[in-house]
Amino acid sequence: MGIETGTVMLSIIGPEVVLVLAALGIMMTDLFVKSDSEQPFLMWIGFVGMLGALAVSASFWGKEAAYGFYGMVVADNFSAFFTTLFLIAGGLTLLMSSGYVRAQGIAAGEYYTLTLFATTGMVLMAQSTDLIMLFLGLEVLSVSLYVLAGMAQDSTRSAESSLKYFMLGAFSTGFLLYGIALLYGACGSTRLADIGSVLAQKQILREPMLLAGMGLLLTGFGFKIAMAPFHRWAPDVYEGAPTPITGFMSVGVKAAAFAALLRVFAGSLAALSPHWKELLWIGSVLTMTIGNVAALRQTNIKRMLAYSSIAHAGYILIGVVAGGSAGTGAVLYYLLVYTLMNIGAFAVVITIEQKGEKNLNLSAYAGIGSRHLALGAAMAVFMFSLAGIPPFSGFMGKFYIFSAAVKEGYIGLTIIAVLNSLVSVYYYLRVTVMMFMQEPESGAEEAAVFFHPALAGVLLIAIFFTVQMGLFPSSYLQFAQDSIKMFL
Amino acid sequence: MVGTTQYLVLGAVLFCIGVAGVFIRRNAIVVFMCIELMLSAVSLTFIALSRSQGSIDGQIFVFFIMTVAAAEAAVGLAIILSLYRRRQTINVDEFDLLKW
Repeated sequence: MGIETGTVMLSIIGPEVVLVLAALGIMMTDLFVKSDSEQPFLMWIGFVGMLGALAVSASFWGKEAAYGFYGMVVADNFSAFFTTLFLIAGGLTLLMSSGYVRAQGIAAGEYYTLTLFATTGMVLMAQSTDLIMLFLGLEVLSVSLYVLAGMAQDSTRSAESSLKYFMLGAFSTGFLLYGIALLYGACGSTRLADIGSVLAQKQILREPMLLAGMGLLLTGFGFKIAMAPFHRWAPDVYEGAPTPITGFMSVGVKAAAFAALLRVFAGSLAALSPHWKELLWIGSVLTMTIGNVAALRQTNIKRMLAYSSIAHAGYILIGVVAGGSAGTGAVLYYLLVYTLMNIGAFAVVITIEQKGEKNLNLSAYAGIGSRHLALGAAMAVFMFSLAGIPPFSGFMGKFYIFSAAVKEGYIGLTIIAVLNSLVSVYYYLRVTVMMFMQEPESGAEEAAVFFHPALAGVLLIAIFFTVQMGLFPSSYLQFAQDSIKMFL
Repeated sequence: MVGTTQYLVLGAVLFCIGVAGVFIRRNAIVVFMCIELMLSAVSLTFIALSRSQGSIDGQIFVFFIMTVAAAEAAVGLAIILSLYRRRQTINVDEFDLLKW
């Protein structure tokens, strides 16, 4: 293979080491935290850990790919890109959580620790070059999130969401593992590079074991990115989980699963691309159509954003199907854009949400825009961007994905996607219209707004990047393109 | 003589029984047991393939599956327990606060 694999090279997993140390630091410090008012301190330990991990991962950028742990993990541009993305998502989630955790009476120490562990799992997934490592990263991520989904202490919904996530997560892991087993049987290795080189010889491409393995692997990933028809868990889990965690799941888990999907399918299984592209084509159409149509009739904002997140997974899949430099680059750019705008939308939801899951109904949003102009304007930016209206970044994301698909000749897919994104404008704009043009029903309690400095910070960061990446996309696109050179 | 094929078929059958169980059974713990059955089926497949190929990777993978399954069981049973305390039931059909 020409890969130097004889060494452990702890520095390769530097970001993970920093994150785990910070998580352990939070656990230890939690023992000495006596009053609620000291809780933000725990959050800041986690935040500093995230910044440290970001610095370590930035040092990998632009260098030759370096392998560690006997070729099981790699530090290259691709992993550095995704690590940055996860740390942005994780860092913003921590900031969003600090007021929320206190207001909801969630055990802060465990909450922040698990958030950091989940981020560690994501980073590990993006760095893995062996299916064993990929599986371990996925499990570190998933097990942390099963618990986080059930963290809201007083809510039966949260516990239910946790159970559903756990059951379907474990179920999908079974499929993923079976796929890995069959792939191992067909190719004789769990290493992505070895699998790629065996497949490049094109002698076993029609072997049923290989195709079955590929299909099962795709099913496993399908569950994680909530690709239709494996999306049924997502709305329930997203609705019940604590809101910052919902935001974190909708961007972080999705990006981690896409990172692994790209490494495995666009990287190693490239020789099988006619087969999986066909499946993903269908998956993409189903995912965005079901997501958008179902989002139309939601009255709960978290459920609506859950279906919206399913629909966005469909758009991103188009980029994976299109492939090549343009398509894959567009996928990475879109994931970055989506992370910031979706976290922003969830930050607004948290601002309006009150203890006990109140104010999650869309009708609670009536009139908020006229009473809190800044908040309404922020939500409008995120909704416009999610709907793909220029000049916001969501538009540029869709533009790059669709143009890559057209260039590769997927005209039909692009037309379906454009129609879908027209449909989505309705439910995104409905939120904005509610906020600005409707008055709350008479007698209804006015939704109180819960302002927290950290939350305002998240909103500002998210708005800044949502606008900036829309107006000046080229440097971000270049960042994405530089990250995928090893696939081409 | 039992060959690799027989083990693979057994693995596939066990996996399918597990999948069917997840869909059919309503008791959360039995559903969880079915998921564990799926993982065991995968482990069996790995070991059979590992032996037939003469490489050790598959067997190592099984260790990781066992470890992770244990961690998952700890978390999963705790989740089921906490839900039972709230609802006094572990029937998955009755967990209907969120539209399933």
